[in-house]
Amino acid sequence: MNAPASQSSADPTDLFAGFDPATRPPTFEPSDVSYVVEDTPIGRMLLARNASGAMVASSFTPDTAAEDAVLERLSRAVSPRVLRMPSALDDVRHQLDDYLHGRLREFSVRTDLVLATDFQRVVLPRLAQSVHYGERSTYGQLATRIERPSAARAVGAALGANPLCVLLPCHRVVASSGALTGYAGGLAAKEYLLDLESGATPPGVG
Amino acid sequence: MGVRLPPFQHLVDAHWRDVARLAHALAGPVDGDDVAQQAWTQALAAYPQLRSATNLRGWLLTITHRCAMDAHRGRARRAVLHHDPASLAATPPSVAAADATLPDTDLWRRVGALPDRQREAVVLKYVADLDHPTIATALGCSPAMSRRLVSDALATLRKDLP
Repeated sequence: MNAPASQSSADPTDLFAGFDPATRPPTFEPSDVSYVVEDTPIGRMLLARNASGAMVASSFTPDTAAEDAVLERLSRAVSPRVLRMPSALDDVRHQLDDYLHGRLREFSVRTDLVLATDFQRVVLPRLAQSVHYGERSTYGQLATRIERPSAARAVGAALGANPLCVLLPCHRVVASSGALTGYAGGLAAKEYLLDLESGATPPGVG
Repeated sequence: MGVRLPPFQHLVDAHWRDVARLAHALAGPVDGDDVAQQAWTQALAAYPQLRSATNLRGWLLTITHRCAMDAHRGRARRAVLHHDPASLAATPPSVAAADATLPDTDLWRRVGALPDRQREAVVLKYVADLDHPTIATALGCSPAMSRRLVSDALATLRKDLP
């Protein structure tokens, strides 16, 4: 199939194919969606904000498939102008780092629930208002607070799919038995966050 | 309803090297980076309005070609102001600065000496690896004409290769 090397070197089409100028990737200004993928003490997280600066995603993305899934959702729900732009998220990365090392108790960043369902738009703000740093609640209590006392299971599902993990503190909600139950970042991450906030055990710094 | 467009970053990651190769092949090492950057800026601006996601690579390279042609015209216009116009015809921009930077200077010099449309067509075909319908769109001609331009260019380039 392939021509011998001595012949192919004389073929202009091969010379074109080997053309490799010294160059670098393009650069951009922040656009409709800026994101960064960050290694944190509780796992690999994708952070994204929109053009106005509001956070639209804070998700656990252990692998590129999970990362791509979040980016595809952002592309559809916000804009396909999605760019990797670490510097546009510097303030949030610093806050997150401070929070995860016990130096910050509350985030000062705007959030936009564009990736949330209608039900999540009721549950998540209520959670953020009513369950503070170091406190715990249960799915049932939160269901009662939104005046849907029988919706504990739906509340669990809404928190489980939280598009703004850590920023909206779904880790503070546990089963009525006190069991941690599930967490998008894994139970070890949930335990880390609850220990951190209770101040009981200084979190292991990796 | 609308087209499902992938996140723009995926296009950048997948195609930035191809865009740079085409920009450098058409505009030369001096203007190549600017042309590539300009193509990406234009692509980002137009992206949400795109009607089809089936040939995104071809779309990006078509924009790159157009930016290279704009740079060529801009440079020629500036040059006319300062230099003898007769000197321009002999040195298209891809050749003017080619000397040390391009891998096979002899080939690129002879590519540069091709008629403009042949030069563009052969670069779109073999540097950018585009199919004839896409090349035809970029050049504003028929696919049959694109095939003709490429084969004429290759015939000239092969004529006195070692």
